Amino acid sequence: MQNFGKFLIFIGQLFVRRETFVTYVRLTLNECINVGYNSLFIVSIVSLFMGAVTTIQTAFNLVSPLIPAPVISLVVRDMTILELAPTIIAIIYAGKVGSNIAGELGTMRITEQIDALEVMGINAASYLVLPKIIASVLMYPMLVVLSGFLTIWGGYVTSLLTGVMTGTDYIIGIRMEFIPFNVAFALIKAVVFAFLIAAISAFKGFYTSGGALEVGQSSTAAVVSSCIAVLLADYLLAQLLLG
Amino acid sequence: MIEISRISKSFGGKEILSDISATFEKGKTNLIIGSSGTGKSVLLKCIVGLLRPDTGDVLYDGRNFTNSDKEIQTDIRREMGMLFQGSALFDSMTVEQNVMFPLNILTKMKSDEKLDRVNFCLERVGLENVNKLMPSEISGGMKKRVGIARSIVNKPNYLFCDEPNSGLDPQTSILIDDLIKEITVENDITTVVVTHDMNSVMEIGDKVMFMYKGKKLWEGSNQNITDTDVKELNDFVFANRMMQQIK
Repeated sequence: MQNFGKFLIFIGQLFVRRETFVTYVRLTLNECINVGYNSLFIVSIVSLFMGAVTTIQTAFNLVSPLIPAPVISLVVRDMTILELAPTIIAIIYAGKVGSNIAGELGTMRITEQIDALEVMGINAASYLVLPKIIASVLMYPMLVVLSGFLTIWGGYVTSLLTGVMTGTDYIIGIRMEFIPFNVAFALIKAVVFAFLIAAISAFKGFYTSGGALEVGQSSTAAVVSSCIAVLLADYLLAQLLLG
Repeated sequence: MIEISRISKSFGGKEILSDISATFEKGKTNLIIGSSGTGKSVLLKCIVGLLRPDTGDVLYDGRNFTNSDKEIQTDIRREMGMLFQGSALFDSMTVEQNVMFPLNILTKMKSDEKLDRVNFCLERVGLENVNKLMPSEISGGMKKRVGIARSIVNKPNYLFCDEPNSGLDPQTSILIDDLIKEITVENDITTVVVTHDMNSVMEIGDKVMFMYKGKKLWEGSNQNITDTDVKELNDFVFANRMMQQIK
């Protein structure tokens, strides 16, 4: 509870004694490249294989002649939009971006770079962390959308290559019983997860003390805590918005 | 002028600073000396506001820093420059960007004015043609000089140096000491240096405060530091054999 209170105070600090708007725009654009553009490769690879594996496994489990083939891609689509793209990619994102944020801020802390900012009269928390959170909240939903497309496309390519179903059946399936709210739900989850991962990782990194060992520990703690927070938020959002 | 009054600080029940009062004068290099672990750096952090003392006040030219609200503290901080023990240069920025950083954030100067000021400061600390280098590409002594350039670029009224000579060879140490002294006199600023280097004490110690186990034991200048009868200070000053022989 003490840590949670400290976390809330930390979040509060981000919005006081801010620098100029232009400063934040510049920093946020840089962070967008760091957290968004630089995550494209890993998100694409994971998404493609996720789609491939999900299609094969769903086809393997739905072998009854009573179940039409398009149901396979319908399942792949709904799993992708509801869970795989926002949540599984969030775990990957926490591992890549979260550990990077915690490591960067932790190193800045132990090498007194954060102290240097404070002595200059700059709100270091706001200056360093707010752009990361804004960039994360802006970029992660885009990564989720990309992941959704690539996962479904990966499933399509796999169905063609392996012959588990025809391309036509796959397309029929992904257009069947489509619920637009699912996309909105996925984007809401993406925004919440992006905030949690960036904020928790920044918190862990910002309050690092000690040396190189502690920076490593902060990075690990950032990933673990972010993943737990994401899963908890996933359950709460599902209960609130779909329950 | 900086006045500190009855500063105390504890961590986890262990008292690190005990009831310290002192005055750091303008236009002079004021040294805080003592062995490792005596609380010098903690005191410096209390003075610049990186740590909040449990009791006591820090006054900058009569303005209470410790017990003011954040806005006033920010205003006073923008009159400070600080050289950190490890230089604390921003890894992701070039030397030029590091030195220009306070100007970018704290002033509305035009780009060419900022560049002129940065070049002047780099030249002042004896560095030329290093503008585009990254901190990882320069030596420890050069990092310290870039750190000094960054701390003076915004024309501070108060300059703080935490162990400016640590990890440097004797010649570079003297160069850094001389630079701190010259900048202090040239700009008529209040400089506070934390050190345990006796060479620095003898070279630039206009005013010296000796700390021992979290307490102020002695205050004076480098002229009379060798004539004291405080045992702990004598042990510190004459710790090495050469100094003992000179004595």
